[in-house]
Amino acid sequence: MKSDREKESGAIVSQREETVLQRLRRQGISRRGFLKFCTATASMMALPPTMAPAIAAALGSATRPSVIWLSFQECTGCTESLTRSHLPTVESLIFDAISLDYHHTLQAASGEAAERAREEAMARYAGEYLLLVDGSIPYGDEGIYSTIAGVSNLEMLRQGVEGAAAVIAIGTCSSFGGLPMASPNPTGAMSVNDLMQRGAIQRRPLINIPGCPPIPAVITGVIAHYLTFGTIPQLDALHRPLSFYGDTIHDRCYRRTYYDQGKFADTFDDEGARLGWCLYKLGCRGPTTYNSCATLKWNGGTSFPIQSGHGCIGCSEPGFWDAGSFYEALSMPTAAATTATRAGVGVGVAAGALSAWQNLHQRNGARTGHQEVKLDDLERG
Amino acid sequence: MSQRVVVDPVTRIEGHLRIEAETDDNGIITTASSSGTMVRGIEIILRGRDPRDAWAFAQRICGVCTLVHGIASVRSVERALNYPIPKNAELIRNLMISAQYVHDHVMHFYHLHALDWVDVVSALKADPVATSSLQQSLSSHPLSSPGYFADVQKKVATFVESGQLGIFANGYWGHPGYRLPPEVNLLAVAHYLEALSWQRDVAKIHTIFGGKNPHPNFLVGGVPCAISIEAELSAGAVAGTGATAVNMAGLQQVMSLIEKMQTFVDQVYLPDTLAIAGFYKDWFRQGEGVGNFMTYGEFPSTSIHDSSGFLVPRGVILDRDLTTIHDLDMDDPEQIQEFVDHAWYRYRDGEGVGLHPFVGETEFQYTGPKPPYHHLDTAADYSWLKSPRWRGKAMEVGPLARVLMLYASGHEPTVALATSALKQLELPPEALFSTLGRTAARTLESKIIADAMPGWIQQLIANIKGGDLRTFNEEKWDPSTWPEKAQGGGYMEAPRGALGHWIVIEEGKIANYQAVVPSTWNAGPKDAKGVRGPYEAGLQGHHLHDPHQPLEILRTIHSFDPCIACAVHVTDPHGEELVQLKVT
Repeated sequence: MKSDREKESGAIVSQREETVLQRLRRQGISRRGFLKFCTATASMMALPPTMAPAIAAALGSATRPSVIWLSFQECTGCTESLTRSHLPTVESLIFDAISLDYHHTLQAASGEAAERAREEAMARYAGEYLLLVDGSIPYGDEGIYSTIAGVSNLEMLRQGVEGAAAVIAIGTCSSFGGLPMASPNPTGAMSVNDLMQRGAIQRRPLINIPGCPPIPAVITGVIAHYLTFGTIPQLDALHRPLSFYGDTIHDRCYRRTYYDQGKFADTFDDEGARLGWCLYKLGCRGPTTYNSCATLKWNGGTSFPIQSGHGCIGCSEPGFWDAGSFYEALSMPTAAATTATRAGVGVGVAAGALSAWQNLHQRNGARTGHQEVKLDDLERG
Repeated sequence: MSQRVVVDPVTRIEGHLRIEAETDDNGIITTASSSGTMVRGIEIILRGRDPRDAWAFAQRICGVCTLVHGIASVRSVERALNYPIPKNAELIRNLMISAQYVHDHVMHFYHLHALDWVDVVSALKADPVATSSLQQSLSSHPLSSPGYFADVQKKVATFVESGQLGIFANGYWGHPGYRLPPEVNLLAVAHYLEALSWQRDVAKIHTIFGGKNPHPNFLVGGVPCAISIEAELSAGAVAGTGATAVNMAGLQQVMSLIEKMQTFVDQVYLPDTLAIAGFYKDWFRQGEGVGNFMTYGEFPSTSIHDSSGFLVPRGVILDRDLTTIHDLDMDDPEQIQEFVDHAWYRYRDGEGVGLHPFVGETEFQYTGPKPPYHHLDTAADYSWLKSPRWRGKAMEVGPLARVLMLYASGHEPTVALATSALKQLELPPEALFSTLGRTAARTLESKIIADAMPGWIQQLIANIKGGDLRTFNEEKWDPSTWPEKAQGGGYMEAPRGALGHWIVIEEGKIANYQAVVPSTWNAGPKDAKGVRGPYEAGLQGHHLHDPHQPLEILRTIHSFDPCIACAVHVTDPHGEELVQLKVT
């Protein structure tokens, strides 16, 4: 499976005359600054410290690969999230690491000049460029629900996918259909994967980065990883990188201990809420949501929804908009649950907790090999 | 020769906007048509759902003005249920809304609007020493040395020489419409980069109170973030170890982020706006929209239901007349109405009439061309946006409307700030009714609002010190306590202007939901009488130097800060009636 995927994606990073490192030096960007980017990439991807020099080497031998970003039925939250990434930053990404050749929200040119930039990049880097997509795609009714330059989203995506080395679907809308696809899906919205599966667009290696929006550092981290290695990272069955979507939020939550102790907030500002007890009873979907919010946190590690008192709404899971009210507990604990301890609460929860526990055990083995990469480690190297 | 100039996509905005403009023999725009080209159908998706969940759906109308629809939504449910929220929750909402303003406005200026005025390539010709002197003459901003600007210039040079221009590819560099000296261009490019870094830090105010940004969390009945300070103290723990993000360290961080916002506005954003505007004074004489302005009001000092305590007052200004502020009632069916005469919708009783959102209808009727297409039929229907009107009049909403309202109502800091800015630019007050007047108003408002933030955080801390930790009112959380039927409007001033959500709740579920948003007021198509909205009116009379480089169109459109995903959010492809709100 893995070798197939590697074969499928191949190496897209072309060798060009000048290395990133050379260019950065000429630009007055220090080696330290460059290594900081590499360090961030390594630690984002939970790679061992020994990999950081390899990243530096990989980026040091490549010029900026072309990236085309297409926006369809979206709210621009994913782009906003991209700009919030602390490490790697959006500046280091778009000025030092990639050539962002088409991106509605950021690009200078409008209208025909903008479209020309897209067409030029598709022609010049055919077979090499990375295609990023945010927003779902309305399928059917000849594309009238969303057009750009008079062209339907489906047609623009079809053209873009054709010459792409790989596609990254950013956000829950392009990954799984998201809000536009929520019942009753008024515009016939579909995800990139849906369209590949039904043959409406060509199949290409696909990475889904779900989340509404995805965590800033996950967007830049996955892009940087792909550009560094020229291969897609290890994915789960839903095309999500395991390094970010391998654990549930519940498994890694700092309030997990309270869950195990049966200590729950009963309302949003009772004593339990103020003491940071588990939000399970208030509808938290951490137990069924695979994402890194509890570990990476948001906006430079500042907080994440649970830490700020609201249960996880499961925004990176397929179909989460139609999975019931955000304030209904996943399965109601029994009366005894509040005093239960490590046995877990409620039958469903106990089963979930057990499998999560096993999962965690398996992962811990793998994780012991990983350490956080410090900038100093790299500089010594 | 007259011709039709099409700009699609209009970039550096939120969403999908298309402009079609007719020019005469001299290249002057005679008519302009604004079209929203993307729909999702969020209001129909909301039907039948739990009203307490609505904020999360509605918030995804837009990820740029990321919290505004969440706030309008919880306010609509609270109004429908007559559900009071604790004082602390109102203060935290004020802090989050104001943080959104300052964050959004700075990003708009540097990352969306600046490239209409700033020629990135020209910055290569700048003298870093002269740029340094310029910076030091403008403010005490610390990043001002010749070496700093030389580094930025070197970075730009390498970028340009690489031949991979990325987001700057095919920009209109060298267009004679760019009139800044190279040093000002270099200064602005440096601040483009600084603002990218600044914004990701100040967004943390949302993260502390709402858990994440974009799309922080909200809650009907208050705010979700429990204050863990008492717990922290009673446990005898160290500051910052409290269990939730709203602990001592979190509140201290909010205070320092507010200071960071104020400093950037004072030292960078405000001086840059005035410096750049000084080179484009002709843009203070064109680009006026419709001359009518409307605000719903924002920043309650007591409760959202007491508009007398708002920082930004509620009201209407007509025909530039700042001596009279007209009363406004968003619930009155005679006042706010939406028309669909040139939009891809139809009304049951025929077109030519306007409907208040309480009795609004949204029935889909796409009559546009089949994609791919070159032109829209702008004499017929041409947009997914409706045309909202106040007592039949087109209104401009947004920063200019708010600054005028504050000015007209005698808000002293606004009067002083506007007077000093106009004096510095040697412009008369009428100059505000223009493209750059709108842009400048956004900057002035950022200062006014950033300067109000310390007061709210201090009040919050004072409440906590006094033992009031309440952030949520549980009283009406349980749907079994609700009446069988209820309805209400949730109103706010979003960064882009007046925003309203109207909700009808039946048997604990959403029976109907409708939003009328700022960019619909500004960007909507002409109405039954052919009266044009602010975008279309604002473009009339612009001279296009080169129709293939429609810089002039971008300047005026960007001065409104378009948010088109907001403006177009309803549709029903199957011709069903989506919205039927009735006053009971």
